[in-house]
Amino acid sequence: MPESPDRNAIEIRRVSKFFGGGDAPVKALDTVSVAIRENEFFTLLGPSGCGKTTLLRLIAGFDFPTDGEILLHGQDIAPLPPYKRPVNTVFQSYALFPHLTVAQNIAFGLEMLGRPKAEIDARVTQMLKLVRMEELRNRSTAQISGGQQQRVALARALAPQPKVLLLDEPLSALDFKLRKEMQIELKRLQHETGITFIFVTHDQEEALTMSDRIAVMSAGNILQVGSPKDIYDRPAVRFVADFIGETNFLEATVESSSDGRAGVRLGSGAVIEASVPEGFSSTGKVTVVIRPEHARLAEAGGELSGKLSNIVYFGTDTHFHVDLDVGGTFIVREQNTRDDRRRAREGDRVSIVVGKGAAQVLRD
Amino acid sequence: MAGAAETARKAERDDIRKRWLLSAPALLIIFFAAAGPLAIVVVYSFLEPGSYGDVRWTFSTDAWVSVILQRDIFDETLSIADAHVAIFWRSVLLSLATTVFAFLFGFPTAYFIATRPERTRALWLFLITIPFWTNLLIRTFAIQEVIRNEGLLNVALMKLGLISAPIQIIYTDTAIMIGMLYVYLPLMVLPLYASMEKLDFRLVEAGYDLYATRFQVLRRIILPMVKPGIVAGSILVFIPSLGAYVTPRILGGGRNLMLGNLIELQFGQGRNWPLGASLSITLLVIVMAALLIYIRYAGTGGRNHG
Ligand SMILES: Nc1ncnc2c1ncn2[C@@H]1O[C@H](COP(=O)(O)OP(=O)(O)OP(=O)(O)O)[C@@H](O)[C@H]1O
Ligand SMILES: [Mg+2]
Repeated sequence: MPESPDRNAIEIRRVSKFFGGGDAPVKALDTVSVAIRENEFFTLLGPSGCGKTTLLRLIAGFDFPTDGEILLHGQDIAPLPPYKRPVNTVFQSYALFPHLTVAQNIAFGLEMLGRPKAEIDARVTQMLKLVRMEELRNRSTAQISGGQQQRVALARALAPQPKVLLLDEPLSALDFKLRKEMQIELKRLQHETGITFIFVTHDQEEALTMSDRIAVMSAGNILQVGSPKDIYDRPAVRFVADFIGETNFLEATVESSSDGRAGVRLGSGAVIEASVPEGFSSTGKVTVVIRPEHARLAEAGGELSGKLSNIVYFGTDTHFHVDLDVGGTFIVREQNTRDDRRRAREGDRVSIVVGKGAAQVLRD
Repeated sequence: MAGAAETARKAERDDIRKRWLLSAPALLIIFFAAAGPLAIVVVYSFLEPGSYGDVRWTFSTDAWVSVILQRDIFDETLSIADAHVAIFWRSVLLSLATTVFAFLFGFPTAYFIATRPERTRALWLFLITIPFWTNLLIRTFAIQEVIRNEGLLNVALMKLGLISAPIQIIYTDTAIMIGMLYVYLPLMVLPLYASMEKLDFRLVEAGYDLYATRFQVLRRIILPMVKPGIVAGSILVFIPSLGAYVTPRILGGGRNLMLGNLIELQFGQGRNWPLGASLSITLLVIVMAALLIYIRYAGTGGRNHG
């Protein structure tokens, strides 16, 4: 079923959205541009209030951009009212119709499209099976659990076979275990239906595990778009590095640079190799990030040195907090094993070895 | 152990006694204001009329017979009382029409208010309730002033050249309906607004998202969700319309009687209190039957929310 994966399902072109006119309009989106490919699991990740829901509402047609355009398969969708867009939404609140049963909710979109009764019945049954809700088809939606409501919302949005499915934090109301289950189920559904998913979350782990690509948003801007690995290993700006996972920030000076790599001198005087964001060149002071698990402790011979101030045991791994001689704290994460090799103790002087290709230069 | 159980039982008894004491005022009001007068009406309907009003304390079912039958003056045979049946029928029809029109006007009004920003809603509601500040009689005369032959409406239409002679509205059933519509419209708007205010407009968006047009959203989502408000509003308009007295009296010009006027007639000029009493009870029964039918009908499918 997947069509050519390189075609764009949705293209957002320099879209801005202001709420409220007058003297102090709220800027919810600020000249955002992004292209979402067909059959992609695309995630919008960002803190509360960064404009994720606003972007979804513009795509669905509940609101209109103040500026810019939105294309669906290359066609400008501005003139289409929401009920003419081949886009369905799984609402954060589910928004199931309380006066209809589970099956009637799922059938609603198809009925509005005027599909024949036999087709609707067949499709509803198929959808119920897909979300594993066959036994509850005649239940009122007020009488099912939160997780079940969520699956009905999903089935209802999938039933009309939209080109694009918008999911606004659909898992945020679920408990941990159910959320994990639903994450897997969502991936399965996306795979089986071949529909483009635009998924909103503020949970970085959820974004990393589920997405083909992630767009990290902050204050109405998209800061970086890339695969989970790109975003995690090669954050381009401080916000992205900070928002996703734990990170060490170091001041450094660029010594030399050549196609995507740079030699940077750390405060300790050591020079390490670091990767540089695309199209970025600098010769002055920069910030370098190193993930805690991309460095390790040694007795001597590392690029940085300091005093071990704190050891935090996490079960799977241990965090070592090192007060650097040049100032600041550096965290090293090491996987735990069961051999009892000699461990460093708090107060020890340690050296930190930065792995090859571990360092990343930030744009800001 | 036994002591504890004894204490608990005593506490429970005290509790029950306290509950009775606390509900005593309500029970007294229900008895003296509702059950008591109703009992008197029932008793009166089985007595004979006195010659100058009042009742004679002899048992008789004559009043009940003459609710729908009339005794021929000469040969004492019974036949259907056409006048009464016509008045029943007109009352029911006019009340139904009033309810339907009140819904047609009230629904958009309530929707309009419910979709205003929260700050301005109170103001709109306030405007809706302003007519209640004026006496019913005065409001009805105001309506008369608008629709009478030399009134505002006809004069305006004639000045505009749209009509050459005044339209006869006053002293017709239409006039009665317009009057009742005006008087009872807020009773439709308020409950409709109350249930619309609770309406989750995200469901409306969900409807649009699932390809429903504006009309389909209205019919398939909004109407079923505000059904409790529609039911309450219809009841609040239909019941007082059925028993309306002032409005048909003034705007119907005494020729187009409704049930309320018929009843009044028996207690006044007619000097037949037992008939008035039995007509009152008939009105009560009609209202109750209408309510039961309506609630049963409207109740299906609308159970799962609210
Ligand atoms: N209807 C509105 N009127 C005024 N401001 C709005 C409106 N809707 C959103 N905003 C503002 O726009 C900004 C972005 O809101 P949005 O709902 O898109 O955030 P979000 O990223 O979805 O946040 P969350 O994770 O909390 O859902 C916020 O500052 C919000 O206050
Ligand atoms: Mg949101």
